[in-house]
Amino acid sequence: MIRTTPFHERVSAANETGLWSHWAGYLVAEKYQVAEKFEYFAIRNSAGVFDTSPLYKYRIHGRDAESFLAGVLARDIRTCRPGRAQYTIWCDDRGFVLEDGVIFRHSTDEFHLTAARPNLAYLGDLVGRRQVIIEDVSDHYAALAVQGPKSREILAALAPEVADLPYFRLVTSKVWDVPVTISRTGYTGDLGYEIWTPADDAVRVWDAVMDAGAGRGIIPFGQIALLMARIEAGLLLIDVDFESSRFAWNDHHRSTPIELGLGWMFRTIDGDDRAFIGKEAIRRELAGGTSRWSTVGLVVDWEEHDRRYRDAGLIAPKDHVPVPYEMMLYDHKHRRVGYATSFMYSPVLQRHVGIARVRPKLARPGTRVNLEVTIDHRYEMVGAEVARLPLYNPARKTA
Amino acid sequence: MSKKHNYDAIVVGGGHNGLVNGAYLAKAGLKTLILERRHLVGGAAITEELLPGFHFTTFSYALSLLRPEVIHELELTKHGFMPLLMPTSFAPGWDGEYLVLGKDHNENLREIARLSPRDADAYEQYDHDMARVCQAIKPLLDTIPPNLQSKDPEELARLAALGAYLRDLEPRVLHNAVRLLTGSAADFLDDYFESPLLKGFLASSAIIGSKLGPMSQGSGLVLLYHNIGEHDGAFGTWAFHKGGNGGFTQVLARAAEAFGAEIRLEAPVVAVTTKNGKATGVTLEDGTEFDAKVVVSALDPRRTFLELVDPRELPTDLVEDIDRFRFQGTSAKVNFALDGIPRFPALGDRWDMFRGFTNIGPSMEYLERAYDDAKYGWYSARPYIDGAVQSTIDPDMAPPGKHVMSCFIQYAPYHLRESDWDTERDRFGDTVQATLESFFPGFGDLVIHREVVTPLDIERVVGLSEGNIFAGEFLAPQMFFFRPAPGWNQYRTPIKGYYQCGSGTHPGGCVMGAPGRLASQQILGDLKK
Ligand SMILES: Cc1cc2nc3c(=O)[nH]c(=O)nc-3n(C[C@H](O)[C@H](O)[C@H](O)COP(=O)(O)OP(=O)(O)OC[C@H]3O[C@@H](n4cnc5c(N)ncnc54)[C@H](O)[C@@H]3O)c2cc1C
Repeated sequence: MIRTTPFHERVSAANETGLWSHWAGYLVAEKYQVAEKFEYFAIRNSAGVFDTSPLYKYRIHGRDAESFLAGVLARDIRTCRPGRAQYTIWCDDRGFVLEDGVIFRHSTDEFHLTAARPNLAYLGDLVGRRQVIIEDVSDHYAALAVQGPKSREILAALAPEVADLPYFRLVTSKVWDVPVTISRTGYTGDLGYEIWTPADDAVRVWDAVMDAGAGRGIIPFGQIALLMARIEAGLLLIDVDFESSRFAWNDHHRSTPIELGLGWMFRTIDGDDRAFIGKEAIRRELAGGTSRWSTVGLVVDWEEHDRRYRDAGLIAPKDHVPVPYEMMLYDHKHRRVGYATSFMYSPVLQRHVGIARVRPKLARPGTRVNLEVTIDHRYEMVGAEVARLPLYNPARKTA
Repeated sequence: MSKKHNYDAIVVGGGHNGLVNGAYLAKAGLKTLILERRHLVGGAAITEELLPGFHFTTFSYALSLLRPEVIHELELTKHGFMPLLMPTSFAPGWDGEYLVLGKDHNENLREIARLSPRDADAYEQYDHDMARVCQAIKPLLDTIPPNLQSKDPEELARLAALGAYLRDLEPRVLHNAVRLLTGSAADFLDDYFESPLLKGFLASSAIIGSKLGPMSQGSGLVLLYHNIGEHDGAFGTWAFHKGGNGGFTQVLARAAEAFGAEIRLEAPVVAVTTKNGKATGVTLEDGTEFDAKVVVSALDPRRTFLELVDPRELPTDLVEDIDRFRFQGTSAKVNFALDGIPRFPALGDRWDMFRGFTNIGPSMEYLERAYDDAKYGWYSARPYIDGAVQSTIDPDMAPPGKHVMSCFIQYAPYHLRESDWDTERDRFGDTVQATLESFFPGFGDLVIHREVVTPLDIERVVGLSEGNIFAGEFLAPQMFFFRPAPGWNQYRTPIKGYYQCGSGTHPGGCVMGAPGRLASQQILGDLKK
């Protein structure tokens, strides 16, 4: 039997569509209302809540927790002081990405790590003689993402600490009488927070948030709206934009952090005295410029796109639901130069956009490529431009 | 003599078309000045905070016809362009009957089948036929129409190309287009449907802004026009811009300024100055003069030809044509600040159906009878109302828990037979409110504030003659080749350097931007010659 999340009582009552999907073994709403685009606009214009409980959550603590994580995570955890969070990845020794997640530092020696996949054995095997305890606390906590321009005023009404909580910081607080941790994090690229609450109190937290958001346009949003927002935000998704090196069958399915556009994590790698897994390979890749790919944003030439369809007597499709397949990219000589891993029509950008891999020499914003689409059951090329990620990046996200 | 200022181009009027036009001219590198009479830009597309926290779309309130080209070419998304989806449309009927349409096609068919099983698949056919006509006609909105009067080989070639385009359309599509462009909406809809409520709902688009009933020949054109807009690629879909249509014109103003256009508020132009048949600039009410070789009027045709310039400088035919150009506004607004969401008893406590248009026009007959009153010079005893509780979609429009409701009303003829609008204002407001009360019992108790906008207000405040919301009626003899006058449908005027770009030019009114955009193409083309 598929499991339900601690918010299920509320989530199931709110889902008017009967459309569910399975995420990490949990039942989650595809969308709550017929118009998932309306849910998306809650993220971009008012506020939305998203049940993100199915994430794997690990509590990592003990005297050596920091030094342990410094050797496992690619990003230097020592720069993450208590009360802060970091988006990070972990790699294998060949410098290929295993997974990504967010690490929350509660104190000098107490961390929480979220992940899309189970990692207990993997992390446990790396502990060695260090004094570190890793616990799977996935079921202990429920997580509610509250995202959108009005998320701050809504949450501040419940937990005043939120009012001046900076980007990627966390704070312990109370929502009604429930002890929670609130972090200024999320997967939408907008102003937003995540509330980490004991599973047993989840429903109370949901009610408190919905109550505080009443009249401010708050609604729950499902997977589709989340995926729309994250593409605009240029946030990668495992098994869509990349695969874990652990489970990839060959190197075509593996990516390095630099190939994924995460090179910014290694700006100080030369002065970095850590020995973290994959470091040497990453350093070699940086020094040798051997990356096979660059991860970039893609923005379709609207004029050409619309004309192509019009000339065929069709209405140009502008579907905001992300497509579930890869789309090929070519250069002007019809050589294959990459592929889009995520693709959709963006309502706020009013363009077809995507996240794509291209050969590094084509990664400069503005570079022209051709995207393969099908029109009248034939492959056709439509021009597109390489663009910087994130594609949508409102100032309020970090302000 | 007052100090002179030099520009390459001056746009008179900071409505959305003036802003669009000025933005394109500035983008092309012209030193451009946009002069707006009022303290804010936007013209008929403004949002005003009439009560603290309550934002009213005083006039225009929804978006659909805006050309995608304008969005892209003027890079509006950089400046906050955000059309918010309306997830529902609601048509309350009599005796608890209703229709709620949403974003799931099949669910809509079920909903329609509740009224008439036959109408469900007729609706699919109608939707498809309408989309095909829209797709066929759409390119005509985005190109400068040929000049029928011209013998210029280029113009003759364009006329021939238009003929070839029409010839190549599927005969059925062309025929449907002609039926719509010339016939009545009622006849067209009767061909498909039997449900009075559904027909009333669809026919409502056929009367907006026009002194026509759904049974009048010519209402088909208005129906088509209101379906040809698109929102994210879907024809006939409407959105509320963030912050109302005034939010949209603020975006436009930012875009225009980003391209280098200068906008001056509280700068009413009294005259376009000319010399030897050429435009030389403008004079403001306070006597300030501005020089430019290009002057563009974004006002309606009456003001463009009969007020800003001396009609004696124009060909007599043109002056007569403009004299005959029909405005006869018939629309009004009543905007409400509400203490809560209205209640439709048959749907209990449900309110999700208010997240879009609420269409009070329960049958074509209801609409036609509303029109009957207007024919004889009075406002409708039971008016047509297009309501929009925008705060359900955009919470910034009203304080938490409160709402704003924009109500577009017909018919409210500009010329009242036995009274005048300033006298009738409150009685008219009461009539509208009573109609709402009959559908939503208890409505009156929710009203915190009421703003009545009469056709006379539209004329006085925005400057749209006789309060016609489109700067001239949508009548076949006033469209395409003939908008605003035969031979002057290409944004030029007989005065060299003096152009027109308001809603009185092709394709016409609505928050569309097409006139402003096409006029800029003509101007820039002429400058290159
Ligand atoms: C009540 C109402 C509701 C409507 N609802 C909708 C709707 O929901 N959706 C839609 O698409 N369309 C709607 N419309 C139609 C649409 O709003 C108009 O067609 C459109 O906004 C007109 O734009 P414009 O730029 O051509 O002219 P205007 O908006 O009329 O702009 C003209 C500008 O010129 C200024 N001006 C006038 N005289 C002078 C002068 N001498 N010197 C300087 N400036 C001057 C005016 O102040 C004004 O700002 C509505 C219109 C009205 C009136």
